[in-house]
Order: sequence, then C-alpha cells, then structure tokens
Amino acid sequence: MPLTQADFDAVLLTLELASLTTVLLLLIGTPIAWWLARTGSWLKRPLGAIVALPLVLPPTVIGFYLLVSMGPHGFIGQLTQSLGLGTLTFTFSGLVIGSVFYSLPFVVQPLQNAFEAIGRAPLEAAATLRANPWDAFFTVVLPLAKPGFLTAAILGFAHTVGEFGVVLMIGGNIPGKTQVASVQIYNHVETMNYAQAHWLAGGMVAFSFIVLLALYSGRSNKRVWQ
Amino acid sequence: MIWPLRRQPAAIQAVAGLGEIRGRFKVEHADFILDVELHLPGRGISALFGHSGSGKTSCLRCFAGLDQPSEGYLQVNGELWQDSDQGIFVPAHKRSVGYVFQDANLFAHLSVRRNLEYGHKRIPAAQRRIALEQAVELLGIGHLLERLPGNLSGGERQRVGIARALLTTPRLLLMDEPLASLDLKRKLEVLPYLERLHQELDIPILYVSHSPDEVARLADHLVVLEEGRVQASGPLKETLLRSDLPFMFEEDAEAVVDGSVSHYDPDYRLLSIRLSGTDAVLQLTHAPLPAGKPVRVKIKARDVSLSLDQAEGTSLLNLLPARVEHWLALDNQAQMLVDLRVGDERMIARITRYSFDRLGIHAQQALWVQVKSVSLLASD
Repeated sequence: MPLTQADFDAVLLTLELASLTTVLLLLIGTPIAWWLARTGSWLKRPLGAIVALPLVLPPTVIGFYLLVSMGPHGFIGQLTQSLGLGTLTFTFSGLVIGSVFYSLPFVVQPLQNAFEAIGRAPLEAAATLRANPWDAFFTVVLPLAKPGFLTAAILGFAHTVGEFGVVLMIGGNIPGKTQVASVQIYNHVETMNYAQAHWLAGGMVAFSFIVLLALYSGRSNKRVWQ
Repeated sequence: MIWPLRRQPAAIQAVAGLGEIRGRFKVEHADFILDVELHLPGRGISALFGHSGSGKTSCLRCFAGLDQPSEGYLQVNGELWQDSDQGIFVPAHKRSVGYVFQDANLFAHLSVRRNLEYGHKRIPAAQRRIALEQAVELLGIGHLLERLPGNLSGGERQRVGIARALLTTPRLLLMDEPLASLDLKRKLEVLPYLERLHQELDIPILYVSHSPDEVARLADHLVVLEEGRVQASGPLKETLLRSDLPFMFEEDAEAVVDGSVSHYDPDYRLLSIRLSGTDAVLQLTHAPLPAGKPVRVKIKARDVSLSLDQAEGTSLLNLLPARVEHWLALDNQAQMLVDLRVGDERMIARITRYSFDRLGIHAQQALWVQVKSVSLLASD
C-alpha cells in the first residue's frame, strides 16, 4: 500500500481546506476586486498593496503574525474568546483563516483584471435597459467575468493546497485536524521515510501540473467563445 | 462618488410640459465645460450637431442619467428626471430612455435574441407597446436572432442596438452617432431603418451627429453645439438657413427643401418634384418613384446661381422663380450668401459680391434661381 491512513487523512484534509478557502475567497475577494477595479479613491493603491503582500512575504511571517493575533493575547484571540469560541490557533478554523489571507491576492488579482477589462460600457448599456446595479452585476458582469472567476478559483485552490509555512506556524501538525499533505511530506522526510514521501510528493506534482494545464487550456479557449 | 443623503422620491414626479423636452445641464471638467439649456419638441427627431469635442455626447449622457451634472434640470414630456435645486436625480435605470451607443455596445455573452429581450423583459408587461417581432421586422434582423454579437457586421450590430433600445418602449430615444463607426455602404444600409423609426413610431428621438448630411436627411429640429454651448436651436430648415452660424461660413452651406413627386419620365429617367406653395418643379435623374410621394432634397448654396430673366437655351434643368429675402457677406468679402424664397420653401445661393452688385440685388426682388445639382435625401 503506497499511502497510509494518515496520508489519506492528510490529502482529504488538504482538499477540504482548499475547497472551503476557495469558496470563502470568492465571496470575500469579489467585492474587494470590484471596489479596486472601480474606485477612484486614493485608498486604491495602499489597499491593493496590502492585498498583494502575501505574494512577497515569507509564509512564516504571515504565519507568525496570525499566530500572535489569534493567540490568547492577540486581538483575534481576545475576540474569539469573548465569543466563547476559545482560540483558533492549532485548529482547522485557524488554518482556514490563515489560508484566506495567504491566498487572497491569487483570487483578487485575476478578478480585478477581469472587472477592469469589462469596463463601464456593458454596465451603462444594462442601466439604460432598466437593470439596477445588482441586476447588472449578476446578469452582465458575472457572465462576462467568467474566465476571471475560473482563473481565480483554480489559483486560489491550488495555492492553498501548496501552502506549508503558514500551516506549520499556526496549525502545527495535528493528525486529522491540521496535518495537511505538505506537512505530511515533511514528516516522512524527517523520519527518513523517502518512499512514502515520494508517493505524496509525486501526487502533488501531478496535481499541480493538471491544474496549470487546465488553467492554460481555459485561457486559450477564452478567445474562441468571446 | 458621494452617496446622496436625500432619499429619492419613490415615484417619478409629474410636471407640466407634455409635448416638450426641457433640459439644462452644467458639467465642469478640468478641460471642458458643458453649459447648455435646451428646449426641444416632444416628438420627431431633434439633432444635436457639432464638431467632435463640442459636448454632444456629454449632453446625451446627461439626458440618459449616465453622467450626473453638478447643476441640472430635465423634464421629458411631463416627467421630471432631474432637478438639482430640489435634489432630484432619477438614476439611469429608472429613466424611460432608449440609448443607442456609437459602437452598439451589445452584450457579448448573449445572443441577439437575448440582447433584445434584456430590456424588454425588465419593463412591466403593461408598458410594452413594441413587440419583439415588431422591432425585429422594423430593423430587418430576423435572420440574426440566434447569432452572437461577435459574428455580426457593424451595420447589423447597430440595427440590433436600435431594436434593443426600442424594446423598452422608451419615452425618449437617444442615439449617439449611430452611423459614425460605419462605412458609407453600411450607413446606407442603416439609414432607411432610421427613417422608418421616425415614420412608424411616435417616440421623440435625440440624435447626435457631426455629419451635416445625416442631420439634413433625418432631423426635424436642429441644435448646434460649439465648445459646450448652444449656438442655435430651432426647426431644421430655419436653423440650417440661419446665416450667422459658424458652419454656414464653410463650403457646405446648404438648404433642405420638401416637396412631392409630381411626374416620372421613364424615357429620360427624369423625376419631377413639385415644391410646396408653387407650381415650380425640380428635376433630376433618378430611379422611378410613385407620384405624390413626399421627398426631401438638399441643395448646396454653391450649386445655386441667380439670373434676372428666364434664361433660354441652357442645359440646366432647374430654373425656378424666387424672391430675395436677405443676404450676408462671407468672411472673405468676395462672396455673398443670398437667402431666397421659392414658393413656401427657402434656398440659399452663394454668388460673388461682384455678381451681387452687378445684378443690383435688393430685398423682395423677383428673379430666377438656377440649380445645378439636387440630391434626394429621403426616399422610401
């Protein structure tokens, strides 16, 4: 048997984390991207830079600050404790929050590009055809931005699957709770169990290749249906 | 954008002024100021004419509510759409306008049929006075319904754009240079449909154009804009003849004359057009048209010359009795524009000041006009 039960659990947990994170990111990222694409405010550049920070920061830095703020003395920790939720460090919920921060730019930037490419014209046409702004967003912007949403979802999902540093900082290595595939590979290497590491690592290479292949194929198709 | 603190009134306010459109807009940008006051008839086609940068499109966007002028007032046939003094601004999606964009601006992800239905299904069924089939037939787009906009020609896209705007049964149809992006062949393809709109539907149209030909062919009322201000506004023929307008000083001063077909000679392919209020006829070679059909012709000032007597033995077809109204010297002081009355219609002649003095032209003088060239504008 190439994969142990612990490996399976880790893969499943990874997929669960990535799916949940992607859904949350699409919900949070869409309004942020819409605002960044439309605003003329001076806040656009500082906010855009903050969203892009995870692109350049070492994951350990994000993980460190999240660990501190979600800990018993941090502001998130204080909030969750006052709500009776305890602290989020070393929990699955903590991992989800960390992943949302970590993968945010991978979702916001493709969406922002898509919204900017659409421009004002289709919205103005919709307005003169009696569609209110919400109506126009759902019937014109969403369908026109579909390739952007697809790219955002794939990148957000894949990037969360590949995360390691943030998980290790705030989630630790708890089997079935916070032990994701990348951490499990690390465990195998630590215990000199290279054969097991190969199976998981090879699986992730194949997975990443397929995701990127899907992404690039989707891009070239875009031209055909536009 | 500043969020309006005052709540918008739930319903659009009714005001006096059925049968008219009144608008006043003041828009200030760093490099451009639009400051116009318009009073337009509540029916027919009004043209907003001017060079690019004169503020035509800005003005149209204010009518649609796509731009919010800092100061403005707009009422359309008794509906109040904006009054900045009262803090009223009806947003674009609540105004009963149809907007035809310069580049059609169709939804790329929807078929022609779904584009047409988009506005149609967003108005209450009871308000729909134009059926899908009717608009499709009027614009001749029945064969395009299942196509995507990306597969249409420019002329086809523009016709779909017009049908889509019409299907919201607008109280005002706004057209932003709908022919500007088309080549001559496509223009000639779309123009007859625009004329049909005018004849078959009772929707006032505000038509933006920088083409004198389009304006002369389509409009009933003309507004001339120059650098964000109204230079002139009035019924088409009077306004075209007003000699104090900047565009009149250019090479293309012209008059538009209405008449009806009186006779057709198939042997010489010669069409005779009787002008209203006189027995005089204009003749030109043309394809056959039925007698009695109303037509509109355009006569350039440089194609009109004057003669004191009815010249015999000339190859010119068109020799009409006329009366001098008034005149004006052109900037170069070598040429004159003479405003003439032929029956109920007015024409304009451009002659040299030398000829003007030699003929001793004076007010109410009876003379003959010789028309070298006539072009038919509306023929359907």
